[in-house]
Amino acid sequence: MLEKALKGSRGYGIWVAFLLLLVAVGFFFYLRQLDYGLGITGMSRDVSWGLYIAQFTFLVGIAASAVMLVLPYYLHDFKAFGRITILGEFLAVSAVIMCVTFVFVDLGRPDRAVNLLLYPSPRSVLFWDVIVLNGYLLLNIVTGWTVLESDRKGVPPPAWVKPLIILSIPWAVSIHTVTAFIYSGLPGRGFWLTAIMAPRFLASAFASGPALLILLCLILRRFGRFDAGEKAIQTLAKIVTYALATSIFFVLAELFTVFYSQIPGHMHHLTYLFAGLEGHNAIARWMTVSAVTAVAALILLIIPRTRKNHTLLALACAGVFLSLWIEKGLGLVVTGFVPSPLETITDYTPTGPEIAITIGVWALGLLLVTMFYKIFVSVKDQE
Amino acid sequence: MAPTRREFLKIAGFSAVGLVIPSLRSLPAAQAGTPAVVGSSPAAPRPLAALTAKRWAMTVEPRKCRPDCTDCITACHLEHNVPAIGNPKDDVHWIGLEKLGHVFPAEAHTRLPDTIRGLPVPVLCNHCENPPCVRVCPTQATFKRPDGIVMMDYHRCIGCRFCMAACPYGSRSMNYRDPRPFIRKINPAFPTRTKGVVEKCNFCDERLARGILPACVLACKDKAMTFGDPEDPRSDVRLVLDRGLSLRRRPDLGTGPQVYYIL
Repeated sequence: MLEKALKGSRGYGIWVAFLLLLVAVGFFFYLRQLDYGLGITGMSRDVSWGLYIAQFTFLVGIAASAVMLVLPYYLHDFKAFGRITILGEFLAVSAVIMCVTFVFVDLGRPDRAVNLLLYPSPRSVLFWDVIVLNGYLLLNIVTGWTVLESDRKGVPPPAWVKPLIILSIPWAVSIHTVTAFIYSGLPGRGFWLTAIMAPRFLASAFASGPALLILLCLILRRFGRFDAGEKAIQTLAKIVTYALATSIFFVLAELFTVFYSQIPGHMHHLTYLFAGLEGHNAIARWMTVSAVTAVAALILLIIPRTRKNHTLLALACAGVFLSLWIEKGLGLVVTGFVPSPLETITDYTPTGPEIAITIGVWALGLLLVTMFYKIFVSVKDQE
Repeated sequence: MAPTRREFLKIAGFSAVGLVIPSLRSLPAAQAGTPAVVGSSPAAPRPLAALTAKRWAMTVEPRKCRPDCTDCITACHLEHNVPAIGNPKDDVHWIGLEKLGHVFPAEAHTRLPDTIRGLPVPVLCNHCENPPCVRVCPTQATFKRPDGIVMMDYHRCIGCRFCMAACPYGSRSMNYRDPRPFIRKINPAFPTRTKGVVEKCNFCDERLARGILPACVLACKDKAMTFGDPEDPRSDVRLVLDRGLSLRRRPDLGTGPQVYYIL
């Protein structure tokens, strides 16, 4: 089936070439990072994780969201998702590959990455994250590919895939839970030290992932000669609506706890995130955009008339994606480090090479999504 | 596999120490005030008995510090080949001076005189009894010895910086770039690091192995620091601790820091 990704229209070729170019630029700067060290990024002694780990965190959510298709289809026999479940699984595969790449480019000594396996450390959450992410990747590659292969041959999928698909449901929850535990289990970082971190991660994941999937379905309908079906899109939109509302509710619950209890160590971080501290308000400006976009998108999604309008739905989904990307792919990681344990406010600004590498990894993921979806559409065309 | 490698490093380390001891013994700084050196014959250089403890700890009395004195930092950074990179972003340090108000935010109320609030306090790795950095390390590159010293294996660290996120004291530094060009004078008795690994204070384990107290403790002319085994009633640390109230940084977190501050 792989050969189907290699043949396509002129537009497809140009898009693939464009993504390859971005990957190449990212790779060039990664070689420079290898040579110079992570000092080439904006990360510092105080803010020791930045854009890379934040993208990783955000993308784990995109990966986990495939469960929002798999669960209704396989557990509740919700037929409308039958056509697009594989799209969710392939999106998950691409997202996990991006996650692993982001963790890899963040390593100071990537040549020693294999030490993670040579010296397994079950007390470390990062060790478990490596296990669950790779397990999830394998599950989705195997199930997505097998089901698509059966579709191509026009036969029902083999019986042994079903248990793997069912297993992928709790597994999806696990990847985002374990990722949240990386943060919420640290004693000295008040911003992350909250039991609601994992639920928050899941809620925002189930909004941003399906929102991206709706956008991809709308793109496929326009350019890919594939219609996901109105019922599937509207159901996804409702999932996004509920998940976004839950996500906003969780953030408000967090804000109440912190600002009503008024414990300084917890309050400082959230003040920095939403209002800035001592004039350091670069992140706060982004967060204002995130908050406004989230509320606007929620309104568009709640009103049935605007939700059913595809232009407005696309706008709302783009808003959800942007808002949650700012929250998790920018704010969540950096704010944990500001102020520092010694009460220093250190701003973090990603550098050019760091942004180029980040875009390169995203382009790699998009390239995978494009090729997987191309194969998918070609198979569906044959039917 | 792991212990074999670690043992090998240990043996290699001791052999290296054995090689450099004769030259070090000719340096007065390495001997001054070191009780273990007194009485040994300079004519027959041999490794001194290692200092051992059930648990190592340190006391710091910042009010004894002379203004603008940085002797402890200089001694430590020279001994351990800590680079002086000169910008806060890529900065690497094992011991630093921070204002008391920032080191003990819970104690720094507004009625505290500015002289106290702004008092420079030496801060370093607390060699926690229950170190979060050790818990989170995915390769066991950072580990706790039976005598309580939290160590780094620079040959195993992958540079993921999870330990830096986990440390509630900001005691760890990442080598964001090659440190070697920024080392003023390389001490051949101690390894330099490569770019991409995390490092921190090691309570001078390499000196303890040769029977010498930590560099910062010996460098302090005002005797503001002591080092020893709090389990031993005759140790310097116990003598200071028994005198009255001492503080530790963020004891509420349950990390069990082993650097005690007398204020």
